[in-house]
Amino acid sequence: MKVVLQNLTKIFPSRDKKAGGEVVAVNDFTFEIPDGKLIGLLGPSGCGKSTTLYMISGLQKPTSGKIFFGDDDVTELATENRGIGLVFQNYALYPHMTVKQNIMFPLENLKGADKMSKDQMLERAYEAAKLVQIDELMDRKPSELSGGQQQRVAIARALVKMPRVLLLDEPLSNLDARLRLQTREEIRRIQKETGITTVFVTHDQEEAMSISDMIVVMKLGVLQQIGKPQDVYDDPVNLFVAKFLGTPPINVLEGEIKGGKICIGGAAVLDAPGVADQEVFIGIRPEGFELDENSALECKLSNVEVMGRDVSIVSTHENSLNPVIRSIIDADNKVDVTAQTVRYNIKPHKLFVFNKETEERIYF
Amino acid sequence: MVESKHQWKAWLYLSPAIILLLVFTVWPIINTVAMAFQNNYTAGLGTAKGVKIAYEIGVENFVNVLQYENFGQILKNTMLLCVATVPISTVLALLIAVALNSIRPLQKFLQTIFFLPYVTNSIAIGMVFAAMFNIIGLREGNTVADTWGIINNAIMLFGGKPINWINQGSTYWANMVVMIVYIVWNALPFKILVLLGGLQSINKQYYEAARVDGTSRRRILTRITVPLLSPMIAYVVITGFIGGFKEYSSIVGIFGDTMGPKSEPGRLNTMVGFIYDSLNAGTIGAQGKASAAALLLFGIILVVTMINLQVSKKRVHY
Repeated sequence: MKVVLQNLTKIFPSRDKKAGGEVVAVNDFTFEIPDGKLIGLLGPSGCGKSTTLYMISGLQKPTSGKIFFGDDDVTELATENRGIGLVFQNYALYPHMTVKQNIMFPLENLKGADKMSKDQMLERAYEAAKLVQIDELMDRKPSELSGGQQQRVAIARALVKMPRVLLLDEPLSNLDARLRLQTREEIRRIQKETGITTVFVTHDQEEAMSISDMIVVMKLGVLQQIGKPQDVYDDPVNLFVAKFLGTPPINVLEGEIKGGKICIGGAAVLDAPGVADQEVFIGIRPEGFELDENSALECKLSNVEVMGRDVSIVSTHENSLNPVIRSIIDADNKVDVTAQTVRYNIKPHKLFVFNKETEERIYF
Repeated sequence: MVESKHQWKAWLYLSPAIILLLVFTVWPIINTVAMAFQNNYTAGLGTAKGVKIAYEIGVENFVNVLQYENFGQILKNTMLLCVATVPISTVLALLIAVALNSIRPLQKFLQTIFFLPYVTNSIAIGMVFAAMFNIIGLREGNTVADTWGIINNAIMLFGGKPINWINQGSTYWANMVVMIVYIVWNALPFKILVLLGGLQSINKQYYEAARVDGTSRRRILTRITVPLLSPMIAYVVITGFIGGFKEYSSIVGIFGDTMGPKSEPGRLNTMVGFIYDSLNAGTIGAQGKASAAALLLFGIILVVTMINLQVSKKRVHY
C-alpha cells in the first residue's frame, strides 16, 4: 500500500493564548512512500517527525493537506478504520494482560463480518508471535519481559490485524546499544517477510540509514530531503542534511570561491568552474581526505587514533567550525605522529560547498 | 542504616507523634480490650469512695451485647447500609470520574463542585436531606400534610404519589432508601477524587493504542480502564466498607439522636450508635458493654477487610 502525503500541515495552537505564536509542527509536506518499502523519518527532536507519523495513523488530525493510502483519501477516516498498526515509543502494552491477551486484543475488537472465533484468533496470535519469535513467552506479563521482548510483543500486536501500513515511533530508543543493533535487523527482516509498507521515526541517523529503503530528513517541520540513504549521504541538498548524516560527522570549514577555485584559508583545494566568487561553507566527509605532502591544505596535527582497519587523524584548522577536523584514512597509510602538521588532498565527490547565507548547496 | 550514636536523634524527632499515639490510640485500645473482659465494668464506680473494685474476668459483657433485644436489628442495619452503599457509590464514582476525566472545559470547576460534599459537615448535609425528604407541616396526629419536601414535590410533578420517607408512620424500607441515597451521595466525593487521580495517572498511550485497534468505549472501560484502576478501586472499596461499618453521624443527621422516626426510635440504630448509647446509658456495666461492642465491631471489620483483601488479590492487577 503506497502512502501519499499531500501538502500536509499541522499547526498546534499556542498554549498561552495571550502570548500567541502558534507552532507549525509540520509545514506543507508532500511526498510519496512507495508500496512495501521501509521508510525512516529522520530529524532532530522537535522536527515534526512524530507528528507526521501520528497524522498518518489518524491519532492526530492535520490542519490542512491530505493523506492517501493507495488511492483512498483517508484524511477524514477515523484511526481504527485506516488499517494501520502502530508501535509506540514505550510500547504501551497493557500491563494487566499476558502477551497472548495483548496480541489478541485487536482481534477481539473486530465486529460484524470480520469477527473471528477464539481458535482463529489464537492461531493468528501465534502466527504473529512466531514472526517476531516470542511464541515461547505467550503466558507472561509484560513486566516479566525484557525491553527487547516487549518491543517484539508490541510489533506482534501491531501486525496481528495484518495492517496496510505499519508505523513505528522511535522503535529502538528504549533499548540498549547491543539490542538496538539486533532489533533493527529484526525490524528489517519482519518488514521484508511481511512486505508491509512501514514508516518509522528516529532521531538516530545511523539507525535510519542502516535499515531504511528511503529516508526523509526533516528540520523544524520542513522537509529537507528524501531519497535512498546513500544518495542523501552522497548528495545532501543543504548544510543541515550534510551535518545530520554520517558518523563521525562531516567537517565544516569556512572558505571562499575565488576565480573558480575553492579556497580554505588561502589554500586552493579544488576547482569549481563557473561559480561566482563568494564566501562559502565547505563540508568535507571524514573519508574525503587523502594524505598528500604536496597539497596546499595544511592542518595542525593533534593526534592519531588507530582503529585497526582505519586510522583517524584529529587535526585543527583555524577555518574549521568544528573544534577539530577528523579524517579517516586507510590504515595502510603511514602517518608521522611526531609531525606538527598534516597536509591533505580532498576527494572531489566528498566535498560539498554551501551558500553562507542560505546554507543551500552550491553545485559545480 | 543509621549509626547507633545518632539513633537518639531519630527517636527525639519521632517522639511527639509516638507519645500522642501511645496516649490517645494505643492505650485506649489496650484499655478497651481490658474493659471488655471485666464483667460489668463501670467507669468511675468505686473510685469515688476511694475503693478499687476488682471486677471478675469474663465474657459477660459480650453476652450482654449479644443478648440485647435489638442487637439483631442493629447488625442488620449496619450490614445493609454497607452492602448497599459501597457498590452503588463505587460504580457511580467510577462513572463520574471517567466522565470528568474525558471532558476538557470546566473540568476543574466540576471537580470542585463534586468535591464540595466532602468538606461540608455531614450533620448539615443530613438536615438538608431531611428537609428534602420531609413532609413539612405534618403535625402530631395529622394525617394530611400541608407541605411536602422537594423529593415528594418532584414525585407528584411526574404524577406519582407522595411517599412518607422519614416521618412518623414511615416504613423501614423508605427510611433505608433515604439513608442509602444520603450515604452514597456523601461517599462520592472522596471516591471520585481517588479514582480521578488514578485515571489521570494512566498513560494516555494505552488509550491511543486501544483507539488504533478500534476498541469500543465500553470495552475500553471494562478491559483497560477498570483493570488499570483496580488498585484504586480496591482501596475505595476497602475504606468504603470500613467507613460503612462505622456509619452513625449520617443517621443522626437525618433522624436526630432517636436513630429513627419519632414513632420508631432506634429502628435505624447502628453498631457505633449502639456503642455510643451504651456509653451514655450510665448504668452498671455500661463501659464494659460498650467496649465489648467495639471489639465485636472491630472483629467484623477485620474479617470483612480480610475477605476484601483476599478477593482483591485475585482481581487487582499488579
